[in-house]
Amino acid sequence: MRHHSSGSRQARTFLYHPLAAATLLAASLPAGAQEQRFNMTRGATEISQQVFDLHMTIFYICVAIAAIVFGLMFWSIVRHRKSRGVVPAQFHGSMKIELVWTAIPVLILVAMAVPATRTLIAMEDASASELTVLVTGSQWKWHYKYLDYPIEFYSVLATPRAQIANEAEKDPDYLMAVDKPLVLPTGKKVRFLLTADDVIHSWWVPDFAIKKDAVPGFINETWTRVDKPGLYYGKCAELCGRDHGFMPVAVDVKSPEEFEAWTVAQVAAAEQAKAEAATAGPMAMDELMALGQKVYDSACVACHQANGEGLAGVFPGLKGSAIAVGEPAAHIHIVLFGKAGTAMQAFGKQLSAKELAAVITYERNAWGNAKGDMVQPADVAAAIEKGE
Amino acid sequence: MSVHRSLINKLLIACVAMFAFGFALVPLYDVFCDITGINGKTDKVAAAAPDRIDRGRQITVEFLATHDPAVAVDFAPETARIQLNPGDLQVVSFVVENRTGEPIVTTAVPSVSPGEAARHFMKIECFCFQEQPLAPGERKVMPVQFYVDPELPARFKTMTLSYRLYRSVGQTASR
Amino acid sequence: MSTQITGTLDAPGHLDHDHKPRGLARWLFSTNHKDIGTLYLLFSLTMLFIGGSLAMVIRAELFQPGLQFVDPHFFNQMTTVHGLVMVFGAVMPAFVGLANWMIPLMIGAPDMALPRVNNWSFWILPCAFTILLSTLFMEGGAPAAGWTFYAPLSTTYSGDSTAFFVLAVHLMGVSSIMGAINVIVTIWNMRAPGMTWMKMPLFVWTWLITAFLLIAVMPVLAGVVTMVLTDKYFGTSFFDAAGGGDPVMFQHIFWFFGHPEVYIMILPAFGIVSSIIPTFARKPLFGYESMVVATASIAFLSFIVWGHHMFTTGMPVVAEIFFMYATMLIAVPTGVKVFNWVATMWRGSMTFEVPMMFSLAFIVLFTIGGFSGLMLAIIPADFQYQDTYFVVAHFHYVLVTGAVFGIIAAVYYWIPKWTGVMYNERLAQVHFWCSLISVNMLFFPMHFVGLAGMPRRIPDYALQFADLNAFMSIGGFLFGLSQLLFVWGVVRCMRGIGERATDQVWEGAQGLEWEVPSPAPYHTFDTPPVVK
Repeated sequence: MRHHSSGSRQARTFLYHPLAAATLLAASLPAGAQEQRFNMTRGATEISQQVFDLHMTIFYICVAIAAIVFGLMFWSIVRHRKSRGVVPAQFHGSMKIELVWTAIPVLILVAMAVPATRTLIAMEDASASELTVLVTGSQWKWHYKYLDYPIEFYSVLATPRAQIANEAEKDPDYLMAVDKPLVLPTGKKVRFLLTADDVIHSWWVPDFAIKKDAVPGFINETWTRVDKPGLYYGKCAELCGRDHGFMPVAVDVKSPEEFEAWTVAQVAAAEQAKAEAATAGPMAMDELMALGQKVYDSACVACHQANGEGLAGVFPGLKGSAIAVGEPAAHIHIVLFGKAGTAMQAFGKQLSAKELAAVITYERNAWGNAKGDMVQPADVAAAIEKGE
Repeated sequence: MSVHRSLINKLLIACVAMFAFGFALVPLYDVFCDITGINGKTDKVAAAAPDRIDRGRQITVEFLATHDPAVAVDFAPETARIQLNPGDLQVVSFVVENRTGEPIVTTAVPSVSPGEAARHFMKIECFCFQEQPLAPGERKVMPVQFYVDPELPARFKTMTLSYRLYRSVGQTASR
Repeated sequence: MSTQITGTLDAPGHLDHDHKPRGLARWLFSTNHKDIGTLYLLFSLTMLFIGGSLAMVIRAELFQPGLQFVDPHFFNQMTTVHGLVMVFGAVMPAFVGLANWMIPLMIGAPDMALPRVNNWSFWILPCAFTILLSTLFMEGGAPAAGWTFYAPLSTTYSGDSTAFFVLAVHLMGVSSIMGAINVIVTIWNMRAPGMTWMKMPLFVWTWLITAFLLIAVMPVLAGVVTMVLTDKYFGTSFFDAAGGGDPVMFQHIFWFFGHPEVYIMILPAFGIVSSIIPTFARKPLFGYESMVVATASIAFLSFIVWGHHMFTTGMPVVAEIFFMYATMLIAVPTGVKVFNWVATMWRGSMTFEVPMMFSLAFIVLFTIGGFSGLMLAIIPADFQYQDTYFVVAHFHYVLVTGAVFGIIAAVYYWIPKWTGVMYNERLAQVHFWCSLISVNMLFFPMHFVGLAGMPRRIPDYALQFADLNAFMSIGGFLFGLSQLLFVWGVVRCMRGIGERATDQVWEGAQGLEWEVPSPAPYHTFDTPPVVK
C-alpha cells in the first residue's frame, strides 16, 4: 500500500539508521518493513528528502556530541571514584577551556543553520504554482476546493465506527482511510491555501513534509510537487476538539492524464447529481430511515452519540430535544446551517438533499422520538433555495 | 519589614507593569503583523494613491471569498484572478447575497497570502473598511480599489486576496 | 506580635527555639519557612500522584488501538488537566518548597523575608487546585483544550469549566508571584554578613533568576487567561477574527509566557545538580562564574524564542529564521552547564549515593531532551516534528527526567537535614533503578512513534504504532508504581525510622546548611553566621 517503501529502498534506509535497525531487530517485528515505524519518512518530494537529510544530519551531530560528552563522563565515573582511592583534584575553572567549549558549539550551530535556512526558504516559496487547492478544516473533516476547476468536496474518515469501538476487526488503513481523498497530478507545483471554519486545525502530510495550520478567518499557504503517483496519508496535527484524532488526510496522486480524466468525471458526476436531486421523487419512510441511520452514523454520532443522548454539558442530546420533536423547519435549518459558536456545523454543503432529508427524518423518529413525520429531499432543497 | 518595603514595591510595580504589558501586546501585535505580515493582514484604513507604475513586471492577483458556514449567504468574487503591473490601480468586485431571510450586518476579514506581501497590497477603498448591512434577499456588489506597491520584492509573483465573511460580532454576541 | 498575645494569655506558646505550635494550627497559620517548605513539598507530592493518575488513564487508553476505556472528550480533559496539574501543581510548588526550606539555610537567614505572605502563597494553592480538579466532576467536564488552551477552542468552543479554569490559573499566578517576591526579597536583603553575590550557592542563584522570570511572565499569563474569559463571556474579540481579533495572537501571548515558564521549571534543577555533583565528587564546582552567566543568558534568551512553538502557524520567513537562530543559541549556555558538570566530576573522588545517581541520570537524560530540542529548532524538520509524539518525548525528557529527577535528587540529598534521619539507601537505589528503566521505556519510544507520524493528543491511532504504544504504557505503569517506593522512603524518614544523620550528613558537602544540626531546628540562624 505504501508506494515509497520498496524492499531495497527500505533495506538501505535501515543501513543508514543503525539505531532504528537495532531497535527493529530487538523487537523482531518484520511487519515494520512495510511502514514507517521508527523514523521520519523520506517522503515523496524533493523537499521531503531534504528535510529528511537535515533531520538525519542534526541527529548524527547530536549523537557524536553525546558520545564525546557522555564518554568523558562515564570514563570519569569509572576511573575517578573514591573506592579506587583517588585523591580529588581541586581545580575549579579554566578560562581557556571554557572559551573553547563555548566557541565550538557556536561553530556547529552555524554549520547547521546554513542548510536549514536554505531548505526553509525553498519550502516557503509557493510562487509559480500550476494548480491551487483551498483546504478548509472544520470539526472534524477537511474540505477541498480546486480553484482552477469547479470541483469541491468534503473528505471525512472512512473507518467504520464499529472498528473504533473494537466491535469489528480493524482494516490495515485504520484511521487513515477517507471517503474521498484529495486528488493531485504528479510533476506539477501545487499550491495549498489553508483556512478553517471553526477552530485551528493543522494539515499534515508527512510524505510531502507539509504541516501548516488552518486558522479560522485567515489564509496560510504552502506548496508541494509530487513526482511519484500513490496514495499518501496524513493527519490533523492541531488539537481541535473531541474528534481531533479522527480527521485524517489522504492524497491520491495520479499522472496528469489520469488527473484530467478525474476532473472531467467529477464535473460530470456533480451535474448528474444535481439533475437527479431536482427530479427526485418522495422517498418512503423505511428508505429514509435506512439511509438516515447510515448518514447519522458517519456525520452525527461523534457528538450526539449512538443513543441520541449526546454528552451531558458538552453536546446536547437529540432524544426528546425541542428541535428533534419540534417544527421540521427549525430542525432542517439547524442541520443545514449549523449553530454559530458551537460544534454544530452547517451540513448543507457536505451532504446531498437526499441524505439531509433522510438524516433529519431519522432523528425525528429514532430513540423513541416518534414524530412519525417525514422530511423529503424536496423540502430540504426548498430550504436551501430559500436559505432558511 | 521596612527594610523590605521599597524592594517589594518595585517588584509589585513590575508585576502590574507586566500584566499591563500582556494587554499592550494586543496593539503591539498589530504593529508586528503590519511589519511582518502575520496572517496576511492588510491595513484597515485607506492607502495613499500610487505614485508610479512599474511596467517592468506583472503580478497575478487571485481573489477568494469564503464565509462562516453558519451565515447563509452567497459570497464570491466577480473575477477569479487578474494580472497587473505594480502601481496600477484596479477595481475588483465581490458579490454577496443575503439568503438568511432576515436583515444581517456582515464584516469581511481580509487576509493576503503570502503574508509577507500583505503590506505591499494597498487598498484605496474596500468594503472591508466598514460593516455591511444586508436586507433579506439583498444582492450587493462590493468593490475593492487597490494596487500592488511597486516596492513589492521581486520574489513575489502571485498574491491571493481572501475575504472571510462573518456576521458582525454585535449581532452574534447574543448567540 | 504573637509574642505579645501569648504573653498576655500567659500561655506556653512562646516561640522559643524548637517550641512549635501544635496540631492543625501549626500548619494552617504557619509562618515558619521550614513548615511551609514541608507543606509545599507534600502538596507537590500529592499533585504528582493526581497528575500521574491522569497520565495512567491516558496510557491505559493508548495501550491498544481502538477506544477501550474513555470517551475522546474525556481523554482530552485528561491530557489537559494532566499538563496543568504537573506544571503548576507538581513541579513549580516542589521548587518553591525547596526554596523555602533551603534558601534561608543556604544564605544564613533566620526565615523568609515575608513569612505571612509565605503562608498565603502556600494556602492559595490547594484552593486553586480544588477549583481546577472539581471541574472534572462538573457536567461537561474539565477544560479539554490542552494545557496550552489555544483559542478559539478554549473560548467560543469550550465548556463552562473555562470560568473555573481561569479563576484557578489566576490563583496559581498570585501564589507564584507572592512566592517569587518573597524569594527575591529574602536573597536581596537577608544574606548573612560575608555572603556576597558570588559566594551564593548556585541553587540560590538559579532561584533568584527563576523568581525574576516568574515576576515577568506570570502576569502575562494572567492577562491572557483574562482575555480568554472576556472573549468567552463578555463579548470581546481578542482572538475572534469575526470581531477583528486573531486566534494566532493568543499563541504569541501565551508562548511569551510559556517559554520562560519552561525555564522556570528547569533552572532550579540546574541549581540542585550544581550542589549535588561537587558534594559527591568531593571537588569544587567547575566554572562557578560561567554557571551564573549561563543561567542568566538562558533566562534572557527565553524571552526571544517563543515563536519556535509556532513555526507551523504561517509565520513570515524572516521571523521564522530569527526564532530558529535564537533557539539554537540556547544550546550554547546549556552546553556550558553540562560541560561544567562533567568537568566537576573529572578527577574527582566520586561516590554514588542516590542523590548522585539521580543527578547523573539528570545530566544524561536532560541532555537527550536538549538534543531533541535542538532538532526541533531546525524549522524544516520541525514541520515534521511539530505536534507529534517527538515533541511529547522532548518535553518529558526535560521535565520528568530533568525537573522531576532534579527534585527527587534534592529530596534524597536534603531529607537527612530536614528529618535528622538517613533515608534507606538500598530502598532508594531500587527506586532509582526502577525509575530509570521505566521512565525510558515510557518516553524513549515516543521519539520513534513521533518521527513515524503519530500526532500528540489523540485517543486512538493507526495500527503501525500499536506495539510501541503498548510498550510505552507498560513503562508508564511501572514508572508510576516505582514512585510508591519514593513515598515509602520519604515516609520512613518523616516517621524517624532509620539511621540518625550527622550534622555534616555527606562527607563532601559544603555550605551553611550543613553547619546547623540535623534535623534542622525550628529556628536557625537567629544570630547570623559570618561567612568568610
